Amino acid sequence: MSTTTLSGTVSYSEAENQGALVAVKTHLIVGILVFLLMMLAGAVMRAAQGNMFTISPDLFYQFMTVHGAGMVGTAGIASTGVLWYFLRQYVQLSTKIFWINFGIFLTGVVLILGSIFLGKYGGAWTFLYPLPGISLGAWSAGAAAAFLLGLLVIGTGFLILYLDVGRAILARYGSFGRALGLPQLFGKEPVDTSHPPTVVAGTMVLIVNFLGIAAGAVVLVMMLVNLYNPEFKPDALLIKNLIYFFGHVFINATIYASVTAVYELLPRYTGRPWKTSKVFYAAWLAIVFMVMAVYPHHLMMDFAMPPWALIVGQVLSYGSGVPVMVVTGYGALMIVYRSGIQWNTTTKLLFLSMFGWAAGVIPAIIDAMVTVNRVFHNTLWVPGHFHFYLLLGLLPMIFGFAYHLLGEAKEGGTTMADRLGFYSFLGGGLLLAFTFLASGASSIPRRWAVHMDEWIPMAHWGTLAAILVVLGVLLFTWRALTALPRAPEPS
Amino acid sequence: MQSTVWFITLACVALLAAVFYYVISNSKTPEEYPPIQKKWYSFRGKWFLFLAGLWVVVTFATLMPFPIAPQAQAYSGDGYQVVDVSGHQWYWTMSTDTVVAGKPVAFQVTGADVNHGLGIYDEDLTLVAQVQAMPGYTNKLIYTFDEPGKYRILCLEYCGLAHHAMIAELNVEAAS
Repeated sequence: MSTTTLSGTVSYSEAENQGALVAVKTHLIVGILVFLLMMLAGAVMRAAQGNMFTISPDLFYQFMTVHGAGMVGTAGIASTGVLWYFLRQYVQLSTKIFWINFGIFLTGVVLILGSIFLGKYGGAWTFLYPLPGISLGAWSAGAAAAFLLGLLVIGTGFLILYLDVGRAILARYGSFGRALGLPQLFGKEPVDTSHPPTVVAGTMVLIVNFLGIAAGAVVLVMMLVNLYNPEFKPDALLIKNLIYFFGHVFINATIYASVTAVYELLPRYTGRPWKTSKVFYAAWLAIVFMVMAVYPHHLMMDFAMPPWALIVGQVLSYGSGVPVMVVTGYGALMIVYRSGIQWNTTTKLLFLSMFGWAAGVIPAIIDAMVTVNRVFHNTLWVPGHFHFYLLLGLLPMIFGFAYHLLGEAKEGGTTMADRLGFYSFLGGGLLLAFTFLASGASSIPRRWAVHMDEWIPMAHWGTLAAILVVLGVLLFTWRALTALPRAPEPS
Repeated sequence: MQSTVWFITLACVALLAAVFYYVISNSKTPEEYPPIQKKWYSFRGKWFLFLAGLWVVVTFATLMPFPIAPQAQAYSGDGYQVVDVSGHQWYWTMSTDTVVAGKPVAFQVTGADVNHGLGIYDEDLTLVAQVQAMPGYTNKLIYTFDEPGKYRILCLEYCGLAHHAMIAELNVEAAS
């Protein structure tokens, strides 16, 4: 993070750069450690479903709740670290506010962990109304409130951070439209191929996540009021819409934030620039709207939904895969093809992320067809598709960035442990995703603590896959803990 | 349906993997970038048109007619067998547990307390149809059983600690 000056708008002292580097590394290290813990929880759940490990259903559902909420939240904080690191090179960001969000995030995490493991809350990350308030004695209203409050606190921290990001983008570019490249897209200004992709991505993430988190805050407050004033009964379908709008936007934004690592780093390792263009701007403008409007594909089995909303969900689910397939994934293929790329763990992970994201989109958009959804909804096909593009798409972006930051290229190359970690992660990740998908195609339901005898072999394969993934991430974690803290800023 | 979707997914992912493998195996020897850009940006336009065309075809082929039954319509009378279903923590109540094959069944489904999911499984544990059971709403699922047998109703929306134990039986008898 060397001192950068662009038109006099971005300038940091050496001390500020050092402080920012420490902050980013902290986000990454905490993120990687929590990812590992959440993966262990996932492995325990699969082993329990395979009767290889006995845990009570209430503990299983607590693990399921912490796994879901923990993975989404940690993906949020780690991807924010990636985006913030690159974005501050183009706009003037506040390290203090970056830390404030991190502190608020940890406060929310403590509330959520307390609600789950002290209060026995097991209402899943989806907290579908009115389940948090109707547990039949499994957990108290206070435990449910702590979970909801934890999410609300975390969202508040992110909103504070996004206010700073928005301020910085407006100070540098004057409007979000200019930051997204819209005057260039619509011919009002000449195309500037040096306009940073990171600024475009950062602006998109800011817009959609601000609105997504705001919707989440509304629904969380409504549910908190309901917990302590049951006379206030919000509409269950409205609540479900708000939850899936919030959840879908937030988790998707983690990928769009982290892909900045691909835009910024692949060019350095291939010697080929990732230039913006009208096609690039058009794709990102489309994504701004599609990411927000696509969520009704979660509600296709809610027949009370207006048919037009479900049609929009199907059409835009397909559409939202197009920019990945035509712009970002395709661009990564072009930039690597006959480039003489230096293959190390960083580049292998970043390139894998493009495959995982694009491949994971395929079962996702197929499931988002109404006629398919009626026999795939809420089967293990669903975790199959999102594990594909989160485990093999999002996480390699974050891990790849961490390897770049720990100075792998300067250290003298990839070690045996790095190679073992990568292939264990890759093999385990593929096996895990395909086992989930095969389970879904075999009609095995999701979120079942106890599996029928016919389903147990799939759970065994899933457990093996999870162990391989954990082994790989354990090696990544070891590298992050031993090399990342003392690594200097990579040039 | 399930096996078709599974094989389409496998084929598409395998094709994508082959493309990535081809690029990886052609990554070490450097070449000038501008000719590569010229050739493959040109191909990108065709690739986009293919995806857009597929988008239109798939949309019309799968949404016409719309695959969810009209919800405002009344399904009582001679044309339908009606089963009123309610999901509770953690059991199902059904107005009848017996229907006949070959005649449409209208499942009128609601959630008595929290959200549940009505999943209808055949004897081979293959999911044949499903719908959400939501408090405050009655969702109407129309399904015609082709084969008689003992079907099972499983809960497919997480509803609390005995979610996995929420199973009922539905007898589908041969038409007389």
